[in-house]
Amino acid sequence: MRARFRNPAKAPVALPPLDSPQWNSRWLAFGWGLRSITQTILTIVLFVTYLGIGALAHDTHFSLAWALASTLFVWAGPAQIILITTLGSGATIIQSAIAVTVSAIRLFPMVVSVLPLMRTQATRRRELIFAAHLTAVTLWVECHRFLPLVPRERRIAFVHGLGCGLVSVCLVANTVGYFLAANLTQTLGAAILLLTPLSFLFSTARNSREVADVVALVLGILLYPLAAKMNSGVDILVSGVVAGTIAYGVHWWRQVRA
Amino acid sequence: MSFAQAIGDWHALAVLFVAGVVPNQIWRMLGLWFGGGIDEGSELLVWVRAVATAILAGVIAQIVVEPPGALASVPDVLRYGAVAAGLVAFLLARRSIFAGVVTGEVFMLAGKWWLG
Repeated sequence: MRARFRNPAKAPVALPPLDSPQWNSRWLAFGWGLRSITQTILTIVLFVTYLGIGALAHDTHFSLAWALASTLFVWAGPAQIILITTLGSGATIIQSAIAVTVSAIRLFPMVVSVLPLMRTQATRRRELIFAAHLTAVTLWVECHRFLPLVPRERRIAFVHGLGCGLVSVCLVANTVGYFLAANLTQTLGAAILLLTPLSFLFSTARNSREVADVVALVLGILLYPLAAKMNSGVDILVSGVVAGTIAYGVHWWRQVRA
Repeated sequence: MSFAQAIGDWHALAVLFVAGVVPNQIWRMLGLWFGGGIDEGSELLVWVRAVATAILAGVIAQIVVEPPGALASVPDVLRYGAVAAGLVAFLLARRSIFAGVVTGEVFMLAGKWWLG
């Protein structure tokens, strides 16, 4: 039962053996990282999600340059969607910043757990800055799958390649989504906008490993319409903190009982 | 008048950095700097993850309940129905994201077509 919750892909990965001369240069390792985006279904999920983000940016009246800059510099789907929807619905900069930063806290444990996979005795902290920037849920999942098959001293280059490949796919998806939203009929435009909530709902549901995650997801959806009735301007934060805390309470209660 | 039009492109980019880039990147950089001593399974992080998930869930609900742009042309019942149909397919197909997304989209498009 648990196994199904965990790793999305168990297919064999097509990479050269650890002692192959293919790993002799940094650039080759970067190239293998780049090529690895074709080895995962998550690339398609990401493409669809960023197609939706591009369309959402269009329909909330942001420029394409703005949408692309958000993908390059934020590089976290949930944060981008929160930013676009809150700013688009009239929240202040402070309210948006708070909602974004709370959604981004999850990046902290991801970075903490993924960087040791790339570090060697000689690695300096600044060599890991770009890898830390590229870390988001997809890269985090894929690092655990791919990195054991990559020689340790080439892992940073490999991750740079993988990350740059994923970012490029998303920039293309943003652009396509933006223009589709601008040019399609209303019905098809609506279909593209609907991709965002659907792909986020199901990929979050799929990543939910603990009961607390499932409760947070379900309650978070159900409580939002109630919180929105208060019209506080921080509706998302109110429903998020309440639902998340109840979910944590369920987790705590199960632990005490066990 | 939209947000971006109202304040111009360079201002919109400045807002992107203040409201989006900085609040997001700060956690990655903290992870890079203080990574060593944090236990991934600690109780605080369980709570943080639950709140982060619930905020994302709220955003999903917001897009469906108060739809932006073209999505607003889809009647309520079709939007909620699409999510429900997608969820059923997702669960029946052993948590397949693909099955959930495609079913939701087909439900919405078929409903639009049927309603005319």
